[in-house]
Amino acid sequence: MTILATAPSATWTLTRASGGVSLVLLTAAFALGIADVARWRSRSWPRFAIDALHRNLALMAVAFVVLHILTTVLDTFVHIGPLAAFVPFSNRYKELWLGLGAVSFDLLLALILTSMLRRRVGVRVWRAVHWSAYACWPVALLHAVGTGTDATRPWMLALALGSTAVVGAAVVARLMHGGFLGATGTRDRSPGALSR
Amino acid sequence: MSREEQHLRVDPIACEAHGLCAELLPERVRLDDWGYPIVDDRPLPPELVAHARRAAAACPTLALLLERRAIPSVGGRAAAEAQERASRNVRATQA
Amino acid sequence: MSAAANALPRLLHGADPRGGAPLAAHLAHHGISSLFAVEPAWLVAEVERAGLHGRGGAAFPTATKLAVVGHRRRRAVVVGNGSEGEPASAKDAVLMAQAPHLVLDGLQLAAAAANAGEAILCVKDSLGEAQAALGRALRERDATGRDALPVRVVVVPDGYVTGEESALTHLLNGGRAVPTTTPPRPFERGVDGRPTLIQNVETLAHVALIARHGADWYRGLGTAAEPGTALVTLCGAVAKPGVREIALGTPLAALVQHGGGDLSRARGVLIGGYFGSWLDPRAAASATLDVASLRPLGASLGCGVVAVLPDDACPVAETARLVRWLAGESAGQCGPCVFGLAAIAEQLERLADPRAARRGKRDGGDPLARVRRWCGEIAGRGACRHPDGAVRLVASALRTFEADFEDHLRHGPCRGCALPPVLPLPDEPGALEAAA
Repeated sequence: MTILATAPSATWTLTRASGGVSLVLLTAAFALGIADVARWRSRSWPRFAIDALHRNLALMAVAFVVLHILTTVLDTFVHIGPLAAFVPFSNRYKELWLGLGAVSFDLLLALILTSMLRRRVGVRVWRAVHWSAYACWPVALLHAVGTGTDATRPWMLALALGSTAVVGAAVVARLMHGGFLGATGTRDRSPGALSR
Repeated sequence: MSREEQHLRVDPIACEAHGLCAELLPERVRLDDWGYPIVDDRPLPPELVAHARRAAAACPTLALLLERRAIPSVGGRAAAEAQERASRNVRATQA
Repeated sequence: MSAAANALPRLLHGADPRGGAPLAAHLAHHGISSLFAVEPAWLVAEVERAGLHGRGGAAFPTATKLAVVGHRRRRAVVVGNGSEGEPASAKDAVLMAQAPHLVLDGLQLAAAAANAGEAILCVKDSLGEAQAALGRALRERDATGRDALPVRVVVVPDGYVTGEESALTHLLNGGRAVPTTTPPRPFERGVDGRPTLIQNVETLAHVALIARHGADWYRGLGTAAEPGTALVTLCGAVAKPGVREIALGTPLAALVQHGGGDLSRARGVLIGGYFGSWLDPRAAASATLDVASLRPLGASLGCGVVAVLPDDACPVAETARLVRWLAGESAGQCGPCVFGLAAIAEQLERLADPRAARRGKRDGGDPLARVRRWCGEIAGRGACRHPDGAVRLVASALRTFEADFEDHLRHGPCRGCALPPVLPLPDEPGALEAAA
């Protein structure tokens, strides 16, 4: 990829690229999270591996989102201050779509922080916050499609559709496998219906 | 002066039979016919403690617990086990 | 006064089946004793000297419980446990219905001994007579100013695990009557976050008598190792079922005979409750009702149930039926209990019920070996002792009636399997009526 000296600047390119990577990672983390709660496992993919991969991909997604935010703030083409990353709808430029990005980022931070502090906050709080993942990902996707200047470019469309397909497949598989709330304990599970 | 030993314990109400503990610590955890963990109660040797910590952290419901129990040097293991059984009886009594 | 004479009955002395002994009669029979004049430290020491153990099934030393709760910093809560979850037991019902003042005296005394600021009495929902008698008794006490603490009567749902210590505490704190594992335990922080003492109502009645007559008097009946008396519920193949008071150490055969039963025509005896153990007729014939005799036989007096199985009944069918009921009484919180007890019940039903034997897939292997393995694996892995009790019942049945189980495995249900069941379960015709 060539980087031109004038606009589109390096930071602008980097922000779009890191945004795209973030979306891919977030999609993967989300899909794995759905597989995790559906207790999916195979011989070569034990539960702890699905779980660990889900966590690691989520952390990588955060790293790339941070890069995405930094490059956006540093870019001089449009003035977007650091506050815009956290406070939704506080910036004039593409107020709605950027705001959605901030919403998604806030949710992502809540997800990550409660997960890292799971012992402190307790399982109930952690679980309640984790449900917001079902809001975090679609909002991130909307942000990507709405804010991105490449919205109509083939690669962006492919990314958006691909991500949607992956998440959609995961959700459908979950619904078919065990219902939306799934197997959460003794009262919901019939004997013999094990994920061994 | 007393030594401290680490023991594994499952909170049976929190446990939802996800089974990650048995995957990560097969030396001490096996699953019964319904996927629920049967935990070896013996003190953990030093080489297993890190694995036990990881298993406890990985439990989706934080049902696997690592507990420190002090073993008094006088009386030894039999006394400690008797004490543990007695305190369990106080908890469980209906009378 | 007559109660000081060291003879039976003690708890049931002056007990009145027509609505409970009124206060005047209670004081005439047991002696006038001011509940305000008792020094708590003295009472705890006296209860300890008397060697009183809990009568709810776990037999924990009562003085220890009083002391542990009394020495906490915050003022305690005392709970009288009249939830009587055991279907075959009627002793608490009888005691509360016929001698309510003795139970209420004991509650006040335990509250004083344990430095309690609140007294609660839990009564099972279905015990209408007991609730009425307690209500009348409390009104009498209010009128005469007998009690230091007001008593809050709480009606609790029928259920096998309702009376479990943490379940009762949870219920009193506004939750469901199911056991909890969240620390701290009730004796540290229970009802309203205060140290909570939970005592079976019969235990409280004994405390009331010890306060009046002293530890030496208490030890005047019973054995040296296990002094005192206990209420037992005799049921099954006996002409005169019902609640009786016995001195500990009484021969089981004497109790059965007194109830119009015949051990020589019995298939076996279930001791303790549905979480207890089976004795074969030979062991039953030589057993006495105390720890020293019962423990080597793998049994314990528990909550005082003695159920005699007639010789035409089938122990396999009866056990299967009990286990299925116990499985249904699970609080439903712990996997090993929910799935394990149901699985054991299923295996046993296939031995006793022709329809069950046909349903489900054939698992292969030895069902009895599988049940034994499950018994070993399930015990101790629940939040409460419910699965342990059920497993104890099954394991003792497999031991005591091994030949019968093998026979059913090879030849299917026997003639006795088709007979109407003997051991009482709630909501079934012929459920046990209390009769002292």
